[in-house]
Amino acid sequence: MKHLILGNGPAGVVAAETIRKTDPTCSITLVGAEPEPPYSRMAIPYLLEENIDESGTYLRKTEGHFEKLGIELKVGRATGVDPSNKTVQFEDGSTETYDKLLIATGARPILPPIPGVDLPNVHTCWTLDDARHIAALTQKQGAHVVQLGAGFIGCIIMEALSLRGTDLTVVELGDRMVPRMMTSEAGGMIKDWVQKKGINVVTSTKIERIDLTDADRPASTESKSFLKSVIEKLTGHEDAPEPAAAYVDADEDELTVTLSSGEKIACHAVIISAGVRPNVEFLEGTGIDITDGIHTDDRMETSVPDIFAAGDVVAAPDFFTGKPFFSAIQPNAVDEARAAALNMAGRDARMHGVLPINVLDTLGLISSSFGQWEGVEGGESVELSDPERHRYISLQFDGDVLIGATSIGLTQHVGVVRGLIQGRVALGKWKDVLMKEPLRLSEAYLACAQQPGALAG
Amino acid sequence: MQKSLFIDPVKCTGCLQCEMACSYENTGTLNPSQSRIKVFNFEDQGRQVPYTCTQCDEAWCMHACPVDAIGLDKITGAKVVDDDACVGCKVCTISCPFGTINYVAETGKVQKCDLCGGDPACVKACPTDAITYVDSNWTGLDRMRQWAGRANEASL
Amino acid sequence: MAWTRKVLRVNLTDGTCTPEDLNMDWAMDYLGSRGLATKYFVEEVDATVDPLAPENKMIMATGPLTGTVASTGGRYTVITKGPLTGAIACSNSGGYFGAEMKFAGWDMIIFEGKSEKPVYLMVENETAQLRDASHLWGTSTWHTEEQIKKENQDPLIRVSSIGKAGESGVLYACIVNDLHRAAGRSGVGTVMGSKNLKAVALRGTRGLSGIHDFPAFMKVTEEKKQILAENAVTGEGLPSFGTQVLMNVINEMGALPTRNHRDVQFEKANDISAEAMAKPRESDGKAQLITNAACFGCTIGCGRISKIDKEHFTVVNKPEYWGASGGLEYEAAWALGAANGVGDLEVLQYANLICNEQGMDPISFGATIGAVMELYEIGVLDDETIGLAAPFGSAEALAELVDMTANGVGFGKEIGLGSKRLCEKYQRPELSMSVKGQEFPAYDSRAIQGMGLTYATSNRGACHLRSYTVSSEVLGIPEKTDPLTTEGKPGLVMAFQDATAAFDASGLCIFTSFAWTLADIQPQIDAACEGDWSLEKLSEVGERIWNMEKVFNLEAGLTKDDDKLPERLTTEPAKEGPAKGLVSGVPEMLPEYYELRGWDTDGKPKAETLGRLGL
Repeated sequence: MKHLILGNGPAGVVAAETIRKTDPTCSITLVGAEPEPPYSRMAIPYLLEENIDESGTYLRKTEGHFEKLGIELKVGRATGVDPSNKTVQFEDGSTETYDKLLIATGARPILPPIPGVDLPNVHTCWTLDDARHIAALTQKQGAHVVQLGAGFIGCIIMEALSLRGTDLTVVELGDRMVPRMMTSEAGGMIKDWVQKKGINVVTSTKIERIDLTDADRPASTESKSFLKSVIEKLTGHEDAPEPAAAYVDADEDELTVTLSSGEKIACHAVIISAGVRPNVEFLEGTGIDITDGIHTDDRMETSVPDIFAAGDVVAAPDFFTGKPFFSAIQPNAVDEARAAALNMAGRDARMHGVLPINVLDTLGLISSSFGQWEGVEGGESVELSDPERHRYISLQFDGDVLIGATSIGLTQHVGVVRGLIQGRVALGKWKDVLMKEPLRLSEAYLACAQQPGALAG
Repeated sequence: MQKSLFIDPVKCTGCLQCEMACSYENTGTLNPSQSRIKVFNFEDQGRQVPYTCTQCDEAWCMHACPVDAIGLDKITGAKVVDDDACVGCKVCTISCPFGTINYVAETGKVQKCDLCGGDPACVKACPTDAITYVDSNWTGLDRMRQWAGRANEASL
Repeated sequence: MAWTRKVLRVNLTDGTCTPEDLNMDWAMDYLGSRGLATKYFVEEVDATVDPLAPENKMIMATGPLTGTVASTGGRYTVITKGPLTGAIACSNSGGYFGAEMKFAGWDMIIFEGKSEKPVYLMVENETAQLRDASHLWGTSTWHTEEQIKKENQDPLIRVSSIGKAGESGVLYACIVNDLHRAAGRSGVGTVMGSKNLKAVALRGTRGLSGIHDFPAFMKVTEEKKQILAENAVTGEGLPSFGTQVLMNVINEMGALPTRNHRDVQFEKANDISAEAMAKPRESDGKAQLITNAACFGCTIGCGRISKIDKEHFTVVNKPEYWGASGGLEYEAAWALGAANGVGDLEVLQYANLICNEQGMDPISFGATIGAVMELYEIGVLDDETIGLAAPFGSAEALAELVDMTANGVGFGKEIGLGSKRLCEKYQRPELSMSVKGQEFPAYDSRAIQGMGLTYATSNRGACHLRSYTVSSEVLGIPEKTDPLTTEGKPGLVMAFQDATAAFDASGLCIFTSFAWTLADIQPQIDAACEGDWSLEKLSEVGERIWNMEKVFNLEAGLTKDDDKLPERLTTEPAKEGPAKGLVSGVPEMLPEYYELRGWDTDGKPKAETLGRLGL
């Protein structure tokens, strides 16, 4: 039995390990598109903050971990899948066969069609290589940086850039920060907070174009070698690849960003965080439904037998509606990977729906959102807000079941929100308690889910 | 035989010695706000309920961690946070459906019960045996019996 | 150092909160809590101040062992000049509030002046802020605590507050923390109300890191906890039965003051005892007692958590009282019950709930009802004056009067002034069972002679907790003395007073003294605190505190005449029980006590005594 796993992010790695745990003898090949050990994109901001070095982003830190488990690692980017012959073609011309295939190729950042988005010093922040370049571009304290997008990922990058000491302007199309995770009240509180921390945030605004301030200025070889030295420091390797970018002299604002308001901002770098889309193009023609992500059943299998999918590439059934839902959320990716892997290995495992959960730290202000935080028709909700002290909570109920929540400043026992929603826990009279005192979530959880006899009545 | 914490809320008086012992063991200070075991007060029912990680088999926190910072202590069965590896992303805190892994702003890391390597400080500190460290099998059986007993009581 | 070394000074007139360094020289002489806060108080406040004037101050203070793992390390003390007594007021409470103050980084909070409008203090670690409390004024301590937690979005905030009693000038209003623990006596809540301070809310996440010798401290506190666990009183009696274990014991001794001290035994004592609390009721088949509970850090757990009978006439349509709550403790059960001849356990719990909810001292309230009922029985008060019939034993009257007093309605206003002022008004001052204007607790001075002297000489007015000689005279701790004789009692009282002052100053609970002596506390303090804390030094700290309080009272205008029991106890012999025929021997004990204290015959400390103590 040969298991082929495309993608070596958290989903790919967890799937490989889960298969190995279930089947000690099968063949497992784990394919990554980047020339790096399996690493975590989620850790990149912490790399930029210099909280960790590159090895700190690695998904598995034990030397020889994959070797010991008999998991073969391959570098390659899949270009096509032939389900009838059970083979996968790669960019370098090689092919791999499989008995069971897992597609965990994740997602990639969207580059919006803005004039100038292809200029040097305009970057997405997605790969380790991106991180190396951004680190070099922002090596200098006070470097002027414009970031496009204040969504969930944008906010994490924003924090890293701010902690690197850049002079940062964030431009968001929506009317608030993290519009797809936070209520307008909470999003406003986050904006207020980060502005007080010195980040300039502009909402309801587009970037119209990006221009070179001085179009004639050539790339200097001096700055290239500086960039190389930074990359060497980050990677710890002396054979770091020759950097492609130029214009690293932070004293100069080589770029001019024009906003929809007409305002022009001179800056040294532009970071793009405008959402992600799943890496599915290579599956065209396979018969797999890839509209907004790979569609799977609750066993994480696609419509094509023996092809499974997990992680950010998937549109798995939503926890509430059962409809395909593209979540791109780490814990969900891992849950899906475990389910997919067990099914690939011949066990029966099901995902009971994907529940959106997010947690965010914007310069010390911690926020989270769960499930249907916008509520449902006919449901009830409660909201407590204390803008002065930056605390917020909103709970959404359907009947006496919690279905969604957003919070700011809640860090203790926050996981019970997931427990209550995912367990579809009937709250009974505790729902009335929560409507009055929404912060007694832990007590409600303990009373209704952990100690039903002792505390419910 | 692996052991686990067995908590009997009926015996708990709410003295918080467990929280103090836990924080001292793990931070070297007396600070209930940094304890990994938390006593919840159900005022209306006159109940105090100590609560911490059950070291569940699913180990949601461990699987959710993007940087391999939560590992399994093979001797105790505890899921243990490696402070050096933890980047403080908090994903585990929203993944654990029991809410028993928490972010600590002061350290920038998450923390959870690690069973003190097999000699839990909270157990030693509890003056009423509301928290005991017992064979895992016994815990499960006894817990089921207790719940059944309480459910009967509640339905009367 | 187990002190945080920080004092928060809150000026209510100016609305300012200012941090100060703790005066460590004083800490070395007065330790903490009761001792150190009283030192601050007497240094800063003129003893002749009107207790309810803005010039009076109020200090909430912890001890060095508050907020530590030492068993019972959760106490805090309120120091001010008491409106009920005109003497030093020093009320001590458990719960979680004191420890939270330490975790927020403060040893004590000094309140001065008076706010123009109702405010509450919110302390979050180093941040302190006075906030508007207009919306909380006129509400109960329970509502206030709930509301503050809610509006600050933090269920873990600890709150001390006053209820309606403290706002409306009940002279024995208390400060209630954690819903049912209280700094109960002498009207400290009245002072708080006079300053328009509704509540103090604390949230501390800094913890305590400065224990002088941490490993030694952890070791010695562990050893001492073991002593408590193995002791019959602290390891078994108190956790199982609470302080209520005493009801039948004291009654059998003929030391249970009954019907305003007319009698010394109560025929229904068993109906209101610990045993009764644990027995299933006829009405619903459930016992009043749910469980025992502990204050912060306490390995004894004497607290009672009870549920009132939902069908009882007092609460039949009031579901807000049906949940579990604190009570009954012995002193409250006695004052609300035996002192009035009321033997209905449920009505006692109801009155106790109201005392907690609206913040008043159940001892002074209950004992004042005793005086009211006696005045009613002898015809001085009638139905019209009181607004209802109030004979001894009337559960209905007790229930009605507790509501009236807590809400400041009708005759309740007079009850709120305490028995001394009430009896004086109706020209029967001898019927007030009080010393320095403060009502007696639950031990009759004729049957437990040491307690008579305890009451007479207590610096805060009649009180059992200044020198609980019951330990020795009833329980034989540390050694048995005969409760019926006066011999040796002045020395016993003095020793208990000084030791108690030291216990209180440490931040620990005096109930540990059933199993511990000062020699058990000493190594815990020594490990926790910098400096040399020998047993001798600790005894001296206790004596110094006692004399400091005494000097304040003298400067406040109190005299030897205030160290006196009501005539009833020194002239009317006990009618029944083991003490039958006996009166209190306070008049003969007092001169010896003064002499042992190094005081002159007027009860004033001699210059050499003060000099020896550095006062």
